Amino acid sequence: MFDRRLVSNFDWGFLLLIFFICILGLIILYSAVTAGYNGTMLHPLFKKQVVWLSVGFAIMMGCFVVDFKELAKLHFLIYAVCVGLLIATWFVGHTGGGSQRWLVLGPVRIQTSELMKISLIISLASVYADSIDPEGLGFRHLIKPAILCIIPFGLIVIQPDLGTGLLLLLIAGCLTLFAKVEKKVVFILGGAGLCLVPLVWFFGLKDYQKDRILTFLNPERDPLGAGYHIIQSKIAIGSGMLTGKGFLHGTQNALNFLPEQHTDFILSVLAEEWGLVGCAVLLTLYFLLLFWGLNIAYNCRNMFGSLLAMGVTIMIFWQIFINVGMVMGLMPVVGVPLPLVSYGGSSVVTNMVGFGILLNISMRKFNTA
Amino acid sequence: MGGINQNSDREWIKHRYIGAGLCLVFIFCVLFLRLVYLQIIRGDEYRRLSMTNCVRLKSIKSSRGLIYDRNHNLLVDNRPAFDLTIVLEDAKPLKETLERLAELTGDSCEELTATIKKAGRAAFYKPLVLKRDITRDLLAVIEAHQFDLPGIHIDIEPTRNYIHKKTAAHLIGYLGEINKQELASGKFPNVRSGDPIGRYGVEKSFEQDLQGKRGGHQVEVDVNGRVIKILKTVEPVSGRDLVLTMDLSLQQKAENLLGENDGAVVALDPSNGDVLVMASSPSFDQNDFIGGISSKKWQALRDDPGRPMNNKAIQAEYPPASTYKTITALAGLEEKVIDRNSTFFCPGFYKFGNRRYHCWNKYGHGNLNVVDAIAQSCDVFFYQTGEKLGVDALARYAHGSGLGRLTGIRLAHERPGLIPTSVWKKKRFKEPWQAGETLSISIGQGFNLVTPLQMAVFISAIGNSGTLYRPRLVKSVQDAKGQMIREIEPEITGGLPASKKNLAIVRQGLLEVVHGNRGTARHIRLPGIQIAGKTGTAQVFSRKAGEKFNNEKLKRTLQDHAWFVCYAPAQDPKIAIAVIIEHGEHGSSAAAPVAKGLIHAYLGDPEVPTAVVKDDQAHVE
Repeated sequence: MFDRRLVSNFDWGFLLLIFFICILGLIILYSAVTAGYNGTMLHPLFKKQVVWLSVGFAIMMGCFVVDFKELAKLHFLIYAVCVGLLIATWFVGHTGGGSQRWLVLGPVRIQTSELMKISLIISLASVYADSIDPEGLGFRHLIKPAILCIIPFGLIVIQPDLGTGLLLLLIAGCLTLFAKVEKKVVFILGGAGLCLVPLVWFFGLKDYQKDRILTFLNPERDPLGAGYHIIQSKIAIGSGMLTGKGFLHGTQNALNFLPEQHTDFILSVLAEEWGLVGCAVLLTLYFLLLFWGLNIAYNCRNMFGSLLAMGVTIMIFWQIFINVGMVMGLMPVVGVPLPLVSYGGSSVVTNMVGFGILLNISMRKFNTA
Repeated sequence: MGGINQNSDREWIKHRYIGAGLCLVFIFCVLFLRLVYLQIIRGDEYRRLSMTNCVRLKSIKSSRGLIYDRNHNLLVDNRPAFDLTIVLEDAKPLKETLERLAELTGDSCEELTATIKKAGRAAFYKPLVLKRDITRDLLAVIEAHQFDLPGIHIDIEPTRNYIHKKTAAHLIGYLGEINKQELASGKFPNVRSGDPIGRYGVEKSFEQDLQGKRGGHQVEVDVNGRVIKILKTVEPVSGRDLVLTMDLSLQQKAENLLGENDGAVVALDPSNGDVLVMASSPSFDQNDFIGGISSKKWQALRDDPGRPMNNKAIQAEYPPASTYKTITALAGLEEKVIDRNSTFFCPGFYKFGNRRYHCWNKYGHGNLNVVDAIAQSCDVFFYQTGEKLGVDALARYAHGSGLGRLTGIRLAHERPGLIPTSVWKKKRFKEPWQAGETLSISIGQGFNLVTPLQMAVFISAIGNSGTLYRPRLVKSVQDAKGQMIREIEPEITGGLPASKKNLAIVRQGLLEVVHGNRGTARHIRLPGIQIAGKTGTAQVFSRKAGEKFNNEKLKRTLQDHAWFVCYAPAQDPKIAIAVIIEHGEHGSSAAAPVAKGLIHAYLGDPEVPTAVVKDDQAHVE
């Protein structure tokens, strides 16, 4: 039953890489939450994050016990459960900041839309693995994936959490393009999308909704809100210069100038205290992580596994790119956490599940059946 | 789910992975170059900015939309208010700065510290308001000592100014600071903590138009918090202006005529439902609410027995009294239980079962038809009409005439009143309807409750031959340059359940109330203008049906409410009015003269003195 190759094939390098990023993340988080904190003990958020990471590691380990190919068989069940959770969130969810995003189970708050990302990737990988074609997928192949995307997208957007909804579509879209779509289909869908934008803009949206979108695209429109965050973030990053101001010596961070410095803007803390050198280290680690993911996908001899690994890699990639781009002022301000570095339980768990799947695929790459 | 075995497949898939890898390399290069740009190329500049921690936010408040009356007289505008603010990060040493400031303002240091504490975990770099709307004297003192008050600033903010003080206070409304729940609701995306929003009246109903949009500066400041450079500005957008349907001079006239009395006056344009006057007495000064009303003033307003914070025109529910006979007459004619020529004999009372229901005129009115009955407000005639109709038929007509339901005016807190039915009583009291109660109902006493606005809408509809309008408060919304944003069209909400022929009969009766020889309001005639109306006296406490009290001997608070509803000119009404004077005893003597004054002021006749002639004869109804 037990194949010894599973152990000999275990991807220790990848695990080590994840471990390094977690350690680096904890160091940055320590600095971010300790600034201006007067307590003698460790900051409670720091302690919580250590717990989350431990839980995440445990879940990750759990993820590669079962052969990933079982996921393909169970994909619809997983999908249905996650959609059910999203619906449950709508009815009994915890309201935070005007939207219902969390499902409260005892002491744990689950952001159900995070779980949906993984579930959708599994489902799409499974569907595409059956229909993939070097010539590309035609319209009729895309009906089922489209339905699979639209349902959770709608449920997330009404929470309302447009950012996560769009991220979900982005991930699904990239995976679909990767699985290859007929040129004709790309042109038609792209063209239709372009035509739809002005229609929705002029007839579908109210003034205040347009306003919100414009601010979303260009935070400088809102110099008191998002724009202020960006300018302070840029000052923090820029002032780090080559080697930074030193651990716990970031002034922007210490004086509470940075908004949400322990979640979405945590990269500016690193940039301020460790400078270009520190950022280069983190970016290199992330690059290696993504490249490794790509490699796992490439080496997997099973189409489902290959697509699944690719999907997870795409998910991690977008989170890193959007967060880093936003903090550096290259992208609109959207609340996307930096994987394994930003404080937050749902994000840690989701990413750990993703890594668990990658490890799972990696250790079974010999297995084509 | 097959494996990937064919070489062609393998080749194809390899291409896709190489493509993805190249994208990854490219994007990471971009991110790295951006870091180099920020940290190396512009690093010195950002290092300097971070060392002085000197980027501040200065919010620019938008000015709220203005409010005009129908003739473009300005009712509400904005004046500059000077707010004393502090930026904690600049105000160092904080303790000394606060002590110096406390000396100058006369506040205690603890009070100032408490204000800062109350703001909670507000960021160091954001200006925090210490005192709103300081006096010019204090402003001069602060300006003079600016050099030893680091981090203390004066912000000039536009603030609401109610030009005519108490005039139309209930209609215009007032502002109050937004609270945490409202902020969290997401309904006010442009409003920040500490900002005022409409709390009452038109200020509340048209909040979205009046509000405008905040702007702001990002500024670089020096060590003392002085602005060196503006980094970025977004201009504020002014709120939109409102043109009300209300007529300022007529409103003032109405409030003068109400005087010290508690009560309400509503005047409408019967041709479109425009609210020309909405007065409620006693009133309050909206300016007291600016920057938060003091708890002492609030308590005084709340505890005032005259209920100044209530808009009696829409929130107070009164028995309609004899004004309701108009409904009974209409219902009777429509249901054919009476016609133009049916007469009843009034000996001064009506015997029903083993009880006598009195008429207000104990000597009796003799034989009269429906027109005479309205004119002389004969109770006996309407007891009998009501008895034949029954409570539910009567309620159907009352409801169809807009009573017992909201008029739909765009003001919060409107009350629906109450039109009783047999089903309602069964539900409310678990008792069946008594036929005797129908008698009380048919003369507007008993369970019936209406608001002055409902009566105004109803009498307007009688005047304009049957159309019920939704009362319109705002004619148009304009931008700050006077460009029309939108016009608010008159809105028909229904029609009186009556034929033109029967309406004409009732209108004849209403005309005789003023112009007939024995009409109950004949003393308010105006030369050249025909007025049609109806008086009413509403019992404040219930007494045995028809039982007479000597009202003069009762305490003021137990005396009857006086009603008068009317429209003029009778043939082609330009104005319809409902007046209620609480404890005014008789509709004819207390309420009707108010209407007369308004009609005179609105339709005008300079040769006739406006003084109200008191007519002893008028004390009958």
